[in-house]
Amino acid sequence: MRRRAMLVGAVSLAAVMIAGCGERPQTSNEGNGSGDKLRIGIVAKNLGSGFFDAVHKGADEAAATLGAEIIFTGPTTPTAEGQIETLNALIAQRVDAIAISANDPDAVVPTLQRAMQRGIKVISYDSAVAKAGRAVHLAPSSDELIGQTVAQLASELAPEGKGKIAVVSATPTSTNQNSWLAQMKQALPQYPGLQFAGVVYGDDVADKSYRETVALVKQHPDLAVVVSLSSVGIVAAAKAIEDQGLTGKVKVTGLGLPSELVGYVRKGVVPKFAIWNPIDLGYAATQVAAQLARDAKPEDGNEISLGRVGAVTFDADGVGAMAKPFIYDQSNVEQFAAIF
Amino acid sequence: MMQNSAARRDLALGVIVVSLLASVTTAFPLFARPGNLAEILDDSAILILLALGQMLVILTRGIDLSIAANLALSGMLVALLNKNYPGLGIAPVLLIAIVSGTLLGAINGLLVWRLKLPPIVVTLGTMSVYRGVIYLLSGGTWVNDNHMSPQFLGFIRYELLGLTALSWLAIFAVAAFAVVMRYTVLGRNLYTAGGNPAAATYTGIDPGRMQCIAYTICGAIAGLCGYLWVARFAVAYTDIALGFELQVIAACLIGGVAIAGGIGTVAGVVLGCLFIGVIRNALPLIGISPFWQMGINGLVIVVAAVLSARRREDKRAILEAQAA
Repeated sequence: MRRRAMLVGAVSLAAVMIAGCGERPQTSNEGNGSGDKLRIGIVAKNLGSGFFDAVHKGADEAAATLGAEIIFTGPTTPTAEGQIETLNALIAQRVDAIAISANDPDAVVPTLQRAMQRGIKVISYDSAVAKAGRAVHLAPSSDELIGQTVAQLASELAPEGKGKIAVVSATPTSTNQNSWLAQMKQALPQYPGLQFAGVVYGDDVADKSYRETVALVKQHPDLAVVVSLSSVGIVAAAKAIEDQGLTGKVKVTGLGLPSELVGYVRKGVVPKFAIWNPIDLGYAATQVAAQLARDAKPEDGNEISLGRVGAVTFDADGVGAMAKPFIYDQSNVEQFAAIF
Repeated sequence: MMQNSAARRDLALGVIVVSLLASVTTAFPLFARPGNLAEILDDSAILILLALGQMLVILTRGIDLSIAANLALSGMLVALLNKNYPGLGIAPVLLIAIVSGTLLGAINGLLVWRLKLPPIVVTLGTMSVYRGVIYLLSGGTWVNDNHMSPQFLGFIRYELLGLTALSWLAIFAVAAFAVVMRYTVLGRNLYTAGGNPAAATYTGIDPGRMQCIAYTICGAIAGLCGYLWVARFAVAYTDIALGFELQVIAACLIGGVAIAGGIGTVAGVVLGCLFIGVIRNALPLIGISPFWQMGINGLVIVVAAVLSARRREDKRAILEAQAA
């Protein structure tokens, strides 16, 4: 019995070691041996993803200004188990801080708590870790900032800031969508030229979103801007506007991914749209991690500088929003379409 | 002679569709303009094609829950093909979509026929399997409009006499189905195999084989619709047309196809599709709350089911009518 247990143990140890070899941390700054340089581990959901490569790029940029060293690492597949192995490796290397985008908010908590016990500062970015497992969470944006950005985009796209706007949402019960919408409506009075024509629901399926968009432009022939905050919705709305021959007359905007919208940006159907910028996110996460490692106290409601991205304040739950979503248009969409 | 009850029912449904159109037009005068009607036909074309395929399966006492997953898988296949070989033109795309759909449909058919498995179980299983394969094929990524060639997107939008190629495809399929179901041995055998499998066996028709044929044809149509769907909405991802199989089955039920098999007409199915098409294009235009839209769609299906149940007693009429 005991022998079998030992055998299992040996095999799993070997498996861990083999797996460990496949995901050797990529050290960015080579040949530095100084002890006072901060070492920050940035953990991706998985390696080989354009999004996290961009995060890595931003982290390197921040590290250069902070005199820190980035250890960018992650599992080869997006699993919590893989991240735990990665974290164990980082703890063994005695990094000063860890920033993680978690594949599971709870599964990584015990490992991260062990890291914190050893004096490593832990933050999560992008995808949060439960409160027990980190000091703070840096969200890419907040409902309020998203709402403001979208209202601003609509105003910029409406001719001379005047005209009717309508929203193609997902399902009527979607929590995210509804809170973004509520924030957008709150921001609308800043743009008196805009007239809110209503919300239709595409249920996050292409055919219904398409049909609802067609109905919108028939119901409101003077519609200026269609806003969609869902990645399925904005693509379907753009196709519907293009098929209706209204390109340039009715503009589509909202939240979407550059790789999915690059074609419509080129054609002018979606002149600009917003989503977080992964480079900025990596940059900001590194700033926060470095300042925590240098004994900043975010829990007192102090503002933490994010360098060129701005500043962030963390609430009682330790959650803070980085910035307004980044605006993508003709000038930069091609570059980001290759990333995510 | 076409049995009277079905003809009466089709006529009644036709009157309902027309009066629905008329009442929407009074509220929204632009609705009945030819251009808008052509758009409703264009919007309903994929539903019509799929519902015709589904009708065959239901006629033979089966059901195909995997029809939308088949559509999505075949659609993803041709989207990836077009992305990687944009210069191939439209013929290979159509061919591969149909071949892929046929194979996926034949898998359902063979499982139901050879292993005598319940159709709802088989297609519930293949529905998930096909969706899973799409994820494996695409790695979870999207194929977007900028990856699709102009011919790929343009073919279904080509206009002839004011109607799109997509609409013409549906019209052609309706005509072909009307002829096949009414005048060919295959069509009559499908009705017989579903209407009374025991009697069909005695007359030398293998009901299992007819089921397999029905699934295969249904699959071929679903495969073709995969291309049509992807080209129409200019996007392919794992979840396209998720849950659309229920709309297709609803269209068949509203159109008077009996879920117990053996009864159903091409005209009824087309009217069922147009009914759904008019409703789903009219409701957002009138500005009815989305919760009411769901409620109305559901109500229509329940009413259709009640009507079907009431007609169950004269089910035998079809065999007698055929024998005559």
